[in-house]
Amino acid sequence: MIPAVSIVDVVKHFGSLQALAGVSLEIGQGEFFGLLGPNGAGKTTLISSLAGLIRPDSGMIKVMGHDVIADFREARRLLGVVPQELVFDPFFNVRETLRIQSGYFGIRKNDDWIDEILENLDLTGKANVNMRRLSGGMKRRVLVAQALVHKPPVIVLDEPTAGVDVELRQGLWQFIRRLNGEGHTIILTTHYLEEAEALCNRIALMKQGRVIALDTTANLMAAYPGASLEQVFVRTMQQ
Amino acid sequence: MIGFLTLFEKEFLRFWKVSFQTVAAPVLTALLYLLIFGHVLDEHVQVHGVRYISFLVPGLVMMQVLQNAFANSSSSLIQAKITGSIVFVLLPPIPYGAFFAAYVLAAVARGLMVGVGVLLATVWFAELKVVAPWWTLVFALIGGGLFAALGMIAGVWSEKFDQLAAFQNFLIMPLTMLSGVFYSIYTLPTFWQGLSHYNPVFYMIDGFRYGFFGVSDVAPETSLAVVVTCFAAVSMLTLRLLKRGWKLRG
Repeated sequence: MIPAVSIVDVVKHFGSLQALAGVSLEIGQGEFFGLLGPNGAGKTTLISSLAGLIRPDSGMIKVMGHDVIADFREARRLLGVVPQELVFDPFFNVRETLRIQSGYFGIRKNDDWIDEILENLDLTGKANVNMRRLSGGMKRRVLVAQALVHKPPVIVLDEPTAGVDVELRQGLWQFIRRLNGEGHTIILTTHYLEEAEALCNRIALMKQGRVIALDTTANLMAAYPGASLEQVFVRTMQQ
Repeated sequence: MIGFLTLFEKEFLRFWKVSFQTVAAPVLTALLYLLIFGHVLDEHVQVHGVRYISFLVPGLVMMQVLQNAFANSSSSLIQAKITGSIVFVLLPPIPYGAFFAAYVLAAVARGLMVGVGVLLATVWFAELKVVAPWWTLVFALIGGGLFAALGMIAGVWSEKFDQLAAFQNFLIMPLTMLSGVFYSIYTLPTFWQGLSHYNPVFYMIDGFRYGFFGVSDVAPETSLAVVVTCFAAVSMLTLRLLKRGWKLRG
């Protein structure tokens, strides 16, 4: 089976700073994959490279077998990304935002699926509210909805629960788990390690632009019996 | 195609939702120019045998078409960059050509709407006839397209609003104000006449005005050749920068 994501020896510099120092990893279809690391480890740079938002200096990235540069149209169609920053277009309401995002991916008349996403993210009552009037948590939900409008097989969540209350967090994970159960590949970065421990089948730990550990969550934790993922993370980073 | 249409529609709605600011305000500005300059100069000046106030109207219309086409694409891009919402158009599979076309066409649409608004507001003060409407339309479309493409370059290049303001105040404003909007270049001293021929906006205004009066400082065919060449050059540059992801994709 073609991997959902294939990353081979990706290097990226920003001036003299080496953000990615030859990252290679493969994520299988249907995995719930965690990409963890301290700030500045290169997680967002790697995700941005995957999404085509930045261009690596060298190396190759494929989404479902499609190169993100040479075959960018197909690669981007197969990918949904929830960005880390709380960004929104202040001119539109929630439904307009989702219709526009659908259109960008070549889908018109997508209201049935939009309604389903709105319902699952508890946004139905806010469908006609302008984005400016939403709370931070609500805006975060809309970002998740925007990433899902084109039903991508691979979904990247870059710290999706930052600043989100517990109730919403639980609802969000329930929905994402359902999508994962339906076959969507989920790639998650988060600083809430208990979430990663509970959700991810496999985890890559990154430090200074490199993958320093890559294994199933169970195997990573087995190396330090009785430790939580947070303790495993701290010890691995100290090594 | 749907991606392009959606981006065009979004860009159109972006200015239409605030049309009081983006369409009505520039119409009022042009009207004020007409009332002030027209009142002061109408009885003293005739250009190409045309009353000054009538001569002024097409210039003001075209100036607003150009400035608003520039303002639309540049402000949309810099706002999206600064707020971060640019990711919504960078993540989808929209080809750079469609990206360019959507921004330019929406900006031209705003320019034309403002232009029509200025014409409707000022036509009551001047005797106007359009002797060659196709010339006016062609110059408005291509000139608007050129300034929309310039706006894209400015919006992508700028990282702060004051950089965009510098682009606007030190390049776009002088080019448009010193292009013959308010005068025929043959009323200028020889040096400034010669220099005006290096300003592409002069050809846009002059060609546009030809459509109204059938007379111009330069043959409209010459003006059209200059404007089309400039439009092609700026469009190719913009497309090349978009293809490279210059200042958009790190």
